[in-house]
Amino acid sequence: MARQFMKGNDAIVVGALAAGCRAYYGYPITPASEIAHAAALHFPALGGVFIQAESEVAAMNMVYGSAGMGVRTMTASSSPGFSLKQEGLSYCAGAELPCVVVNIVRGGPGLGNIAPEQADYFQITKGGGHGNYRLIALAPNGAQEMCDLTMLAFDLADKYRNPACIMADGITGQMMEVVEIPAAKAALVDHGTWAVDGTPATVGNLIASITLEPENLELHNLKLDAKYKRLEAEEVRLERYHVDDADLVVVAYGVVSRIAYSAVDRARAEGLKVGLLRPITLWPFPTKAIADLCATAASFLAVELSTGQMVEDVRLAVEGRRPVHFYGRCGGMVPGGDELLAEFRRVLGGGAR
Amino acid sequence: MKTFEKSAGFFPTFERKTGPAKDATHYCPGCGHGNVHKMIAEAMDDLGLTSRTVFVSPVGCSVFGYYYFNCGNFQAAHGRAAAVATAVKRTNPDSIVISYQGDGDLAAIGTAETIHAANRGENICVFFVNNAIYGMTGGQMAPTTMIGQRSTTTPQGRLEMMHGNPIRMCEMLATLPAPTYIERVAIGDSKHIMKARKAIRKALTVQAEGRGYSFVEIVSACPTGWKMDPVHARDWLIEEMLKVFPLGVYKDESDTRDEGSWNRRCDAFAPARVNEYLDRLKSTLGESQPVLLERDLHCKFAGFGGQGILTLGLLLSQIGMRAGQHVSWFPAYGPEMRGGTANCSVNVCSGRIGTPLVDNPNVLVVMNQPSLDAFADQVADGGVLIVDTTIVEGRPDAKRLRPVLIPATGIADEVGTAKIANVVVLGALVAATGCFPRDFCEDTLRAAIKKRSLVDMNIDAFGRGYEYVKNAK
Amino acid sequence: MPENTALDVPFMEVNGELCKGCQLCLAVCPKSVIAISEKLNSASYHPAFYTGADCTGCGLCFYACPEPGAIRVFKP
Repeated sequence: MARQFMKGNDAIVVGALAAGCRAYYGYPITPASEIAHAAALHFPALGGVFIQAESEVAAMNMVYGSAGMGVRTMTASSSPGFSLKQEGLSYCAGAELPCVVVNIVRGGPGLGNIAPEQADYFQITKGGGHGNYRLIALAPNGAQEMCDLTMLAFDLADKYRNPACIMADGITGQMMEVVEIPAAKAALVDHGTWAVDGTPATVGNLIASITLEPENLELHNLKLDAKYKRLEAEEVRLERYHVDDADLVVVAYGVVSRIAYSAVDRARAEGLKVGLLRPITLWPFPTKAIADLCATAASFLAVELSTGQMVEDVRLAVEGRRPVHFYGRCGGMVPGGDELLAEFRRVLGGGAR
Repeated sequence: MKTFEKSAGFFPTFERKTGPAKDATHYCPGCGHGNVHKMIAEAMDDLGLTSRTVFVSPVGCSVFGYYYFNCGNFQAAHGRAAAVATAVKRTNPDSIVISYQGDGDLAAIGTAETIHAANRGENICVFFVNNAIYGMTGGQMAPTTMIGQRSTTTPQGRLEMMHGNPIRMCEMLATLPAPTYIERVAIGDSKHIMKARKAIRKALTVQAEGRGYSFVEIVSACPTGWKMDPVHARDWLIEEMLKVFPLGVYKDESDTRDEGSWNRRCDAFAPARVNEYLDRLKSTLGESQPVLLERDLHCKFAGFGGQGILTLGLLLSQIGMRAGQHVSWFPAYGPEMRGGTANCSVNVCSGRIGTPLVDNPNVLVVMNQPSLDAFADQVADGGVLIVDTTIVEGRPDAKRLRPVLIPATGIADEVGTAKIANVVVLGALVAATGCFPRDFCEDTLRAAIKKRSLVDMNIDAFGRGYEYVKNAK
Repeated sequence: MPENTALDVPFMEVNGELCKGCQLCLAVCPKSVIAISEKLNSASYHPAFYTGADCTGCGLCFYACPEPGAIRVFKP
């Protein structure tokens, strides 16, 4: 088995190459720049395209161009840069172009800082750009998943003809772990029916997100909506860790889920019945899995690197049947294991903070 | 017999167009876009390029380019045509790519994309219709609006002091080395028009021959936006606009650039080739050789930037990885890395690693005083605290912790360079914790250190650190 | 093709339904053989038409016309 000790950011590029991504467009920003560095090294070496674009906006619109050609393509950035990509994401969603966009989330709002946060959750899962659309959103929590979920993101993007987003935090991007390098695999999707690739075969196709007549634009929106409902029904991914008998179910993703594994282990060692539900797809969100746990769990605790974003989706899933608590740090502050354990005890004890 | 008629570069009927008139364009009477469209369609067809052409139409009156041109079509976001065109061309260098843009699109909201596509010398054609106004949105000031010209956002006329001057894109772009061919033409009188026709054909020829980037600015009338009848609009264009936008060739290196010299390449995905490439990225340590780890290591390494703190973490990680253990390495990243303090967290565990952050290390290495002050209290009871006594003056609490005092930098100096103090510390760490056998660690170092000439010095440093601790016990 | 035009003589023709009456063809015609109809077409424009004689087939009206399909010019 070919393995390497690598940064999560580098693992994303390995996954992209293995998934057959041929064109990378990017703009430098900490803490995502290693992705561009690796892409600059590997894409041209494999006969692919790498362009350091003049802006995040241009990079995203270059992705639109390659995606419209039916070629696997990607860009990566961090929060302020991801904000700038919203225009292009909306156009990609409207024109139904598959592509992968990585956001190594940092502290905000505004320029914020380069430390880890998860405060782009709303932007990623609720829209971000204009119009009725969704991003497929995957949240890796380690270097291997940075690689594997990037491959999955390309597959889902192709399958549903929709942009897919890897939402990771600065820690998951910068952290090194052992990664098993995957085998490259060819995409099985035929783009010939819709792509415009500059060959005679695709002359009749059109890449556009414009639909002038309201009745037709409504139909287009309903078509997109049906696709999103299919995604919600078929593509939810999550991890359950000691949830079956848990009184308290912690919901956390990304690096917070890693901290939570350790905290849950410590809680169990103390005899506290705590479990972890980790959404791997942030959108579609594991609504049903959380709702089902209302049958066994007494309460829920969402832990995030934000002032409370995903917790809203947990509440929507629970629909008031159980208390949903929230614990968050932000600005680059990351909760320690002691901190989480104290929070578990507080919630289980019904006590005030 | 010569017939001048609708080119086969156009669709026979404009079925994508809304409304009943499927043979007429959506343009207003006297609009120059139609003339330019006719010239492009004719040139595409005459040059035999239509079926491999991709026409990119961004926002503006020409957003409906896909109604008309019988080739591949992309509709793009406002100002982004040159970025989209760049990607299309790079992805399939055999395609012929046209970026067709108005003045607001090209010279206001898309200025950056315009300049940088030109500066990269993308092998595309940019056709820039300059009619000194925003037509589609209702006659607002464009970047090329003339001084004194009234628009819906310059109701008193454009004033230099208020709105700046009309931008001359040909002149600006001609300062760049990469573009091959830049010309300004006009849809004015017949002579102008025939020159415009020639320029458009030339631009497409330059691209088809792989000679690089072409930019053709077409000064054109917008009778509706200008509130003039078409014939007067054309006269005004000739009399007024051409003073500000002089016609001519601003750059032409099409004869001196070799055919194909500006073609880039993009290979199709070949899994076997990728696999072969990815295989070269794998670790040089080879297959793991499982070594039992009796106690998980949760380490924090801290010191000044430049002391090799991060490398120390990486070397231990490599040893752990080769021993078949789970390993994580996390640096305190960011500007503080550069010249200031540096620290990293390393976990080496026999089971899955939960948090990669190390809150309560059972091994702490401090290579400067601030790190001792900052982290000593966090070490778990009975944890190992390795102090480089060459640099750190303070001493840790020997009752709660297991201090390992070693003049690592001094020893490194004896080995040959103070820079190798981190490897001395690694030897000390292995000796103090007994985590992995000495020879296993040394074998790993030999495999991990890329510069062959440095291997012996590293092994020496590691050994001295190891011996120092063993002898002190 | 108008019935009264022989194939050995240059001529132009206007598709009156596609013409938007901008008159740019009139402005460029060196022989002044194009005129504007008093009638409106179905898009409410007064279309141009060929007066029927003296066209040289130079094609200038074709390139001055913004509409792809409104003017055809034949030059034997």
